[in-house]
Amino acid sequence: MVVGSAMDIVKHCGVARYCYSDFPLGNPCGKPGNKVMQLAIIKQALGLFESAEAPNYTERTAHSWSEDDSWREGYAKVDDSNREELRLRGEARRAEQAANKAAGCSRSAMIAES
Amino acid sequence: MAASDTPFIANDIPYMERTRKFYRAQGYESDYVWAHFPTTPFIQPSKPLQESRVVAITTSMPDTELGRSNRTVYSNPIKPQPQSMYTEELSWDKKATHTNDIASFLPLEQLKALATEGFIGSVSPRFHCLPTEFSQKNTLEKDAPEILTRCQEDKVDLAILVPL
Repeated sequence: MVVGSAMDIVKHCGVARYCYSDFPLGNPCGKPGNKVMQLAIIKQALGLFESAEAPNYTERTAHSWSEDDSWREGYAKVDDSNREELRLRGEARRAEQAANKAAGCSRSAMIAES
Repeated sequence: MAASDTPFIANDIPYMERTRKFYRAQGYESDYVWAHFPTTPFIQPSKPLQESRVVAITTSMPDTELGRSNRTVYSNPIKPQPQSMYTEELSWDKKATHTNDIASFLPLEQLKALATEGFIGSVSPRFHCLPTEFSQKNTLEKDAPEILTRCQEDKVDLAILVPL
């Protein structure tokens, strides 16, 4: 059972049971501080163990992040305001990866998108 | 509800498309390759929820010197519950939210409450940290089998994986 946001990535992978939170990446179990929502989401997710009859069974939670949808635009944004910064960040990142490889570190961290 | 009843809709964020553009803007010539499998394993639970032991698995790391510097599989007791987890290296939305409340991504509090009310049988005495990886081989051949072994040691029936 997976509880997560980023439906396109989870569906591309394929999982047995999927409880989808349409929230910013980071809080798939509910908004920080909202204990009622957090409990409801995990209860719904556990219910999938009883309702799913085939793989990739998916349910969307009924909860919204906010009335304002502006949060949807910010993640991994690329525009003229940050294009040069991203190019430089990529160069620095590749140098870091090369140094890690030379030092024998086989596990690089993923790239943070924001 | 069948799987096809929960389709991707226009308002859902196209993370794969955004990530491809984000990597290209950083000068990467090859697109990221997300895990994809032609078939998905599936079995029905052998016990009702009320009799099942549930484990939580997170992609965050322990908020310790070791957890911050060495990305590998960790298992920690659920008591005492950690007050924080190390998430800084992960690709969550740092503009829109934060990870200061661990119950928003690691459902230990929720599972304990649901065990107390009898909705589930019990909570695994340990939770597990699974490092995100560029190498699918590390995940498939090392980390996932290791976590499965530890879940079996703890007599876990059901697992909830919460990726950040």
